[in-house]
Amino acid sequence: MKNAFKIATLAAAIGLSGPALASLAYVSNEKDNTLSVIDTETNEVVDTIDVGARPRGILLSKDHTKLYICASDDDTVQVLDLATRKIIDTLPSGEDPEQFALHPNNRHLYIANEDDAIVTVVDVQTKDVLAQIDVGVEPEGMAVSPDGKWAVNTSETSSMLHWINTETFEIERNTVVGQRPRHVEFSKDSKVAWASAEIGGTVHIFDVDTIEEIKQIDFKIKGVPQDRVQPVGIELTSNGKYAFVALGPSNHVAVVDAQTYEVLDYLLVGARVWQLDLDKDEKFLYTTNGVSSDVSVIDVEELKVIKSIKVGRFPWGVVIDPTS
Amino acid sequence: MDLKGRLLIASVLCGWLLAPASAAALDVTIGYIHWVPDQGPVLSNVTPEPEDAGLRGAELGIADNNATGKFLNQNYALESVIASDEAGALAALDSMLENGIDLLVTRVPADTLQAMAKKADGKALLFNAGASDGRLRITECQPNVLHTIPSYAMLTDALAQWLSMRRWKEVFLITGPTDQDKAWADAFRRASKRFGLDIIADKPWTFDSDLRRTAAKELPAFTQARDYDAVVVADVRGDFGEYVPFNTWLPRPVVGTQGMGPEAWHRVVEAWGAAQLQNRFRELADREMNSEDYAAWAAIRSIGTTVTGLSEAGHSNIREHLFSDAFQLAAFKGRKLTYRPWNGQLRQPIPLVHPQGLVATPPLEGFLHPDSELDTLGYDKPESDCRIN
Repeated sequence: MKNAFKIATLAAAIGLSGPALASLAYVSNEKDNTLSVIDTETNEVVDTIDVGARPRGILLSKDHTKLYICASDDDTVQVLDLATRKIIDTLPSGEDPEQFALHPNNRHLYIANEDDAIVTVVDVQTKDVLAQIDVGVEPEGMAVSPDGKWAVNTSETSSMLHWINTETFEIERNTVVGQRPRHVEFSKDSKVAWASAEIGGTVHIFDVDTIEEIKQIDFKIKGVPQDRVQPVGIELTSNGKYAFVALGPSNHVAVVDAQTYEVLDYLLVGARVWQLDLDKDEKFLYTTNGVSSDVSVIDVEELKVIKSIKVGRFPWGVVIDPTS
Repeated sequence: MDLKGRLLIASVLCGWLLAPASAAALDVTIGYIHWVPDQGPVLSNVTPEPEDAGLRGAELGIADNNATGKFLNQNYALESVIASDEAGALAALDSMLENGIDLLVTRVPADTLQAMAKKADGKALLFNAGASDGRLRITECQPNVLHTIPSYAMLTDALAQWLSMRRWKEVFLITGPTDQDKAWADAFRRASKRFGLDIIADKPWTFDSDLRRTAAKELPAFTQARDYDAVVVADVRGDFGEYVPFNTWLPRPVVGTQGMGPEAWHRVVEAWGAAQLQNRFRELADREMNSEDYAAWAAIRSIGTTVTGLSEAGHSNIREHLFSDAFQLAAFKGRKLTYRPWNGQLRQPIPLVHPQGLVATPPLEGFLHPDSELDTLGYDKPESDCRIN
């Protein structure tokens, strides 16, 4: 019911004549201070929204009514109302927020403050800063396990994962991984965590119960120099079949078997592929390509790139609203 | 801050212990010795070089190491000396070696570095963050010296690759009077052969008048030639070179040490997370980060990255790790950096910059190498007599 209502308001807001049933993808354009809105039915940009300076990490509220935006150079997290596409609020984020993750309670937002070597935890309802946690140099990746127990931050220059207990807001473990860890992604059952190391060229798989590394994945793409293979974003299918790893300036996305950790394929996308997100049916994967300023669309079943969509300059993050 | 002519000893200590009590504390003290001979004033003195170039980069490296080390119970300290003469620099080394410091970063001329390397033989590992001379990398290598500052050959190869890619192959070379200028120009001549450039005029700069008044009159005549695609200036200190752009006989770009040219680091570099490094440096030093700062930072981060991996210090352990496959330095240049095993040079991309922007970052696509594209810049193994491993 709620969804139907939301679709109606959305349609009204953007002035569509018929029923707007398409799922929408939001892309943050780091150098344009905008979001591009892509209709995933037609794969066309249907709107561009002005936001704060240097937008990077973006994520949806758990009820899919709001989009949170790290406006890095404005030192704030902006709250975009998806129905009206207006910035309705800002959150105290600490300096230079880059990536963040929302706890399943829909209230605790964990923000990596890249310039300050801090993770800030904000209650999005009260706007209180609940904790500021000292982490390594250049905190970047941020993830909260779906069961809500762990928040994991990567610090790029310290090459570590910091495992934060979400009850105490204290670091319980620090694990050293490859150089320049960028991103962490939990499996849907919270049992396994995947972490990419950009300069290390590796992905590290952790058993969450023991916080021990159980596997390291290396990548080799024919015809691409090894030091251009730089893992960044990771996306897992909820059926546990695939992991997709964006490999940066190698311009490829790796397809990994999420059970055996074997690399199955490499798909050529745009230049310097950064982040990725699956659409609501997990039929299509959208990737942001920073240097070519476009978004590639991958057909998950066929494992083929079917389209590239021109967006703003230096697209960074992509989020697809599964309910729109 | 006037740092000249006095001995400055600064210790940056960090007693920040958040690591689990089980890990034994590891204290790593790194020495930094700085001596740059005074070469007198330059004509173009609009933006003087900061006197603490190098030192502040070293300090940032220590801060970065400690920010990581605090989770592993590792503490880093810097002991720095800015010497007023060569004897002072050598005395500082003696005293550091006596105090058991076995890891040092130096910003000193090549001859001083050679003397230091001999004194420190078997006792310490030195990181050269100041001398770009080719001979330190092709004939006079020392097993205990690594180089984080690029050689003149790496810088000029980067420029020549780019000129070749642009097909601006006929160049007019102007070389200043100092030994450094001549070394830079020699490196460029070598690069021009490697990348198929043609130096159609090769003239030494001999004028000694004040160009701020006369550049417009002297330079057009000086740069008269049948035709050329670009003017290349070798003026390492920035004495006359700033007056060459827009004063050439033909309407051509000026590249090299002035105009657009190669740098180990520059404030316009911002990709690959460099914006964060620039911000951290600005906050620490209240100025922009330059190549010497970067070289000192990279040296100290090489040590920090190694100690994080090994959980132990000691110059011979560290040296072994630095040349192993396990070592990789994330240094904001878009790919992992490693040390060349034959001469200890840190491989690195070289940004080509003008004062307000980045033009390109060689190695450029299409310049191939069987092992690493980064080895298209500088002295590759067959071109160096050195085998320090």
